[in-house]
Amino acid sequence: MKRFSLTAVLPFVWLAAFFLFPFLLVAKLSLSEVALAIPPYQPRLDLSQGLNGLSAFAQGLDLETYARLRTDHLYVAAYLSSLKFAVVSTVILLLVGYPLAYGMARSGAETRRTLMMAVILPFWTSFLIRVYAWIAILKPEGLLNAALSSLGLPTLSLLNTDAAVYIGLVYAYLPFMVLPLYAVLERQDESQLEAAADLGCTPIQAFWRVTFPQSLPGVAAGALLCFIPMVGEFVIPDLLGGSGTLMLGKVIWTEFFANRDWPAASAVAIVMLATLIIPTLLYQRQQARMVDGR
Amino acid sequence: MNDPARPRLNIGAIRESFAPWADPNAAPLVRFEGVYKQFGDETAVKGVSFDIYEGEFFALLGPSGCGKTTLMRMLAGFEAPDAGRVSLGGQDLAGQPPHRRPVNMMFQSYALFPHLSVEQNIGFGLSQQGLPRAEIRARVEETLALVKLEGLGRRRPHQLSGGQRQRVALARAIAPRPKMLLLDEPLAALDKKLREETQFELMRLQQTLGMTFLIVTHDQEEAMVVADRIAVMSAGEIAQIGRPAEIYETPNSRYVADFIGDVNLFEGRVTGADGTKVRLGSNDCPAGLEALEDDHLAMGSPVWLAVRPEKLKLHLDPPGETANRLSGKVVDYGYLGDWTTYVVELASGRTVRAAVANVSRLVERPIGYGDPVWLTFAPDGAVVLTR
Ligand SMILES: Nc1ncnc2c1ncn2[C@@H]1O[C@H](COP(=O)(O)OP(=O)(O)OP(=O)(O)O)[C@@H](O)[C@H]1O
Ligand SMILES: [Mg+2]
Repeated sequence: MKRFSLTAVLPFVWLAAFFLFPFLLVAKLSLSEVALAIPPYQPRLDLSQGLNGLSAFAQGLDLETYARLRTDHLYVAAYLSSLKFAVVSTVILLLVGYPLAYGMARSGAETRRTLMMAVILPFWTSFLIRVYAWIAILKPEGLLNAALSSLGLPTLSLLNTDAAVYIGLVYAYLPFMVLPLYAVLERQDESQLEAAADLGCTPIQAFWRVTFPQSLPGVAAGALLCFIPMVGEFVIPDLLGGSGTLMLGKVIWTEFFANRDWPAASAVAIVMLATLIIPTLLYQRQQARMVDGR
Repeated sequence: MNDPARPRLNIGAIRESFAPWADPNAAPLVRFEGVYKQFGDETAVKGVSFDIYEGEFFALLGPSGCGKTTLMRMLAGFEAPDAGRVSLGGQDLAGQPPHRRPVNMMFQSYALFPHLSVEQNIGFGLSQQGLPRAEIRARVEETLALVKLEGLGRRRPHQLSGGQRQRVALARAIAPRPKMLLLDEPLAALDKKLREETQFELMRLQQTLGMTFLIVTHDQEEAMVVADRIAVMSAGEIAQIGRPAEIYETPNSRYVADFIGDVNLFEGRVTGADGTKVRLGSNDCPAGLEALEDDHLAMGSPVWLAVRPEKLKLHLDPPGETANRLSGKVVDYGYLGDWTTYVVELASGRTVRAAVANVSRLVERPIGYGDPVWLTFAPDGAVVLTR
């Protein structure tokens, strides 16, 4: 008979306590009604009445909040806009991160250590402070414009625009793109490139036929690792974006704190989570495959 | 090259008639001329010159680190010589990148592409040449059959055994039909039996495809079996080039004699030379040593006599007073099945190895530790070495 050891049970306890329970709480909240109370909602599910409460809840269930999300075009627009920000940023991150990771993997041991340090170093400062630093760079009288005007170039007003949000997202998530790419590129056997050259490949052909296909697990891991949290990003669009920048993170915040509509905020969070389940599962599978060897 | 009149499976020693290097008019396919290669402050290759002829199976043989791989990589284009010239078909290869050179290399580590199937690995060079799909398919099938891997084309390299992977690496290098195939210790990972089988397979392939092969190995038996000629290397230099039998029977130095097979070396001084024979005085042999040698060696000059263990004859009773008569006692012996090797300590303190073929299963007088024995050898069984 198989006995359950503490080490096998512990992760489940952990997940139940810190993931499943909060998730159910948010799900329950999303099915409640708004009320002028503290907390500002009227629960539909009353577990203190036992099974009766559960059946009453099932009868009264009308998913009214979710229906509102579908019809209110603000929510739909925020949802689509979040996806757009995440997709475009992921593509930019790939275009920027791949050459970076490639250069790191192909440089000498000493340079490689230095570059790795440079990628990790930002984590030693608070994320919030780093985003504030971007405000200082991008604001109308900021560092960027000072540099531009000293060169005699026209200045840019980037702060509080979508462009600033893209800059912030790419900046903040770059390490998450570079590290998985670096991991696969660094593992690649140099003699495979020689074999490709020997069989008639120019260096560029060798890259596309040998290096790139073998780096696809890293591309997938990096893209998902960036895409998933970027969809729900709040701090960057809030601090760098303008009033017109629509993202789900901001909507949740507004519903929760400004409108005090907890059920709506919860419903938006649940929809976002549901959307991200597929890429998350993809990421999990990818990781499992990488651990297995290929 | 693939002359139909020439018998195709004339393997090994039967290829005696193939000797383009002896023909002064023959143009070599590959020529190394005074090639040097430096890595940091270490000189890996020191002024190497040799030729390889079309259709030849040429072996580079030498201990680890003597520069074999470096020479091969210069031919493939992965290293550039610091001085000297490497040419192929009369054309200097300097400045030609690896992908333009008509040679293919089978890497010591195989370097298979893990993301491609066996078929795609083998077809890699063919698709790079821009052949049509159908032709690539046919050539891949043909090559798979050649290396006896039919039915494994769909697998990935990690789903193969070590020996099968080695065959894929070989097939991938052969498939584009290069002018020349470079094999860097291709059989090092195989067990003895599979290695011997594959050696003959390589020779068969080389004959059927009519390609020129350059093999790097540090296994002297392997070089002797497969190669038309062997270049024995020592610390970045070539010590001797010749047919396997030449190198074994007439080594030009103590280094080569010692590197190829077992050898007993006797030190002595010339006491007489008449243009056919030379006589030596040696501490190891009070009766004097005698060997065939047509050089007139200066009286008193120091020389060495190299005698292979199987050229020594073992006697249990004292033979008559002759030259080349050694006496001592058995200090060790090893039974090898087909041979028994006896280690005999001479009165001078030197130990000598003698190999005796086990012709009969019945031994009339078994030889044991400490038994006195006598060893003799014929003058034509020894080689005189001056360095
Ligand atoms: N890229 C390199 N950088 C520095 N030294 C090198 C390099 N390649 C080879 N060498 C040195 O050059 C010498 C010859 O190396 P090479 O690889 O040609 O030896 P080898 O005869 O093939 O040995 P083995 O039988 O062990 O494969 C060695 O001493 C080696 O350390
Ligand atoms: Mg080597």
